[in-house]
Amino acid sequence: MSEHPRLVQVRQHILKHNDCAARALRERFHGAGTYVVSLVSSPGAGKTAFLEKLLGSLGGRYRVAALVGDLATDNDARRLARSGAAVKQIITGTVCHLEADMVAAALDGWQWEGLDFLFIENVGNLVCPATFDLGEDLRLVLFSVTEGEDKPLKYPTIFNTADVAVITKIDIASAVEFDRTAAHRNIQSVRPGMPIWEISAKSGEGMDAWLGFLESRLTESQERR
Amino acid sequence: MHELSIALSLLDLVEEEAGRRGVRVTAVHLRLGPLSGVVRDALVSAFELAREGTPQEQANLVIEEVPVVVSCPRCAAPKMLESAWKLCCPTCGTPTPEILSGRELDLVALEIEP
Repeated sequence: MSEHPRLVQVRQHILKHNDCAARALRERFHGAGTYVVSLVSSPGAGKTAFLEKLLGSLGGRYRVAALVGDLATDNDARRLARSGAAVKQIITGTVCHLEADMVAAALDGWQWEGLDFLFIENVGNLVCPATFDLGEDLRLVLFSVTEGEDKPLKYPTIFNTADVAVITKIDIASAVEFDRTAAHRNIQSVRPGMPIWEISAKSGEGMDAWLGFLESRLTESQERR
Repeated sequence: MHELSIALSLLDLVEEEAGRRGVRVTAVHLRLGPLSGVVRDALVSAFELAREGTPQEQANLVIEEVPVVVSCPRCAAPKMLESAWKLCCPTCGTPTPEILSGRELDLVALEIEP
């Protein structure tokens, strides 16, 4: 018998455990008719303001709730709860991203079944959340007009794993000399064909069109059930 | 530093495979793409940290870096790209949303000793 090491083929995705947990979540969400949207961005891009506006606008007509991930504090959850929607904070401690297990744990003992929309706000970070599937139907990447038009080129992976890009704080675009054409070109460079929405949570600009898109996605997903 | 989470997931997988076969693992072979969101050096450091005190303490990582390959709809052919931030055909410039490889974050093989 040979004393040399032997090579055995094992083909597995390293994040098999997260993938399985995300698949189980997706099945539960689909079974319950809940459309799940996750939000990723750098810190300060306006995820919470955007989500506050979404919960407020959809809350009258749909059953909506949100899970919000942060390293520390429940400030965002308390702020969002003012909309009247059910909101739960996931405090990740030192972990720089959400994983499917954390979402599953947050759902435990929480009355989420019967929701139309569940929003999951990831930890503010454009690197780490890219790799982890959370069982969502739609992943949004947000970036604000103050961040620089080349953000997509610097963080191609997160843009590549997201389904939709949302440019926030569009009400101050001209004040900060935001180059809209360059921003769109850079998004299309890292993710050809990616739909882009420009919105302002403050002035409400672009929100109606965005809400219309979200509602059509919910209808499509419920018709597929 | 999500590489630590990934290193721990990798160790769990290796542990599972090694335990099932009743063998000792001397090397862990991975395939890593630029669109996996994982930095090679950070993963190596995280793995070296995570393996301490486990049965995999002697196991080394062998990483094969996989290029980004897209499918060009105009040339109707796979094309290898230099970078992950310009997804267009290097020959004709057509945007190439379809990615054939480059997202790999895979455990492919183990070197084992009885």
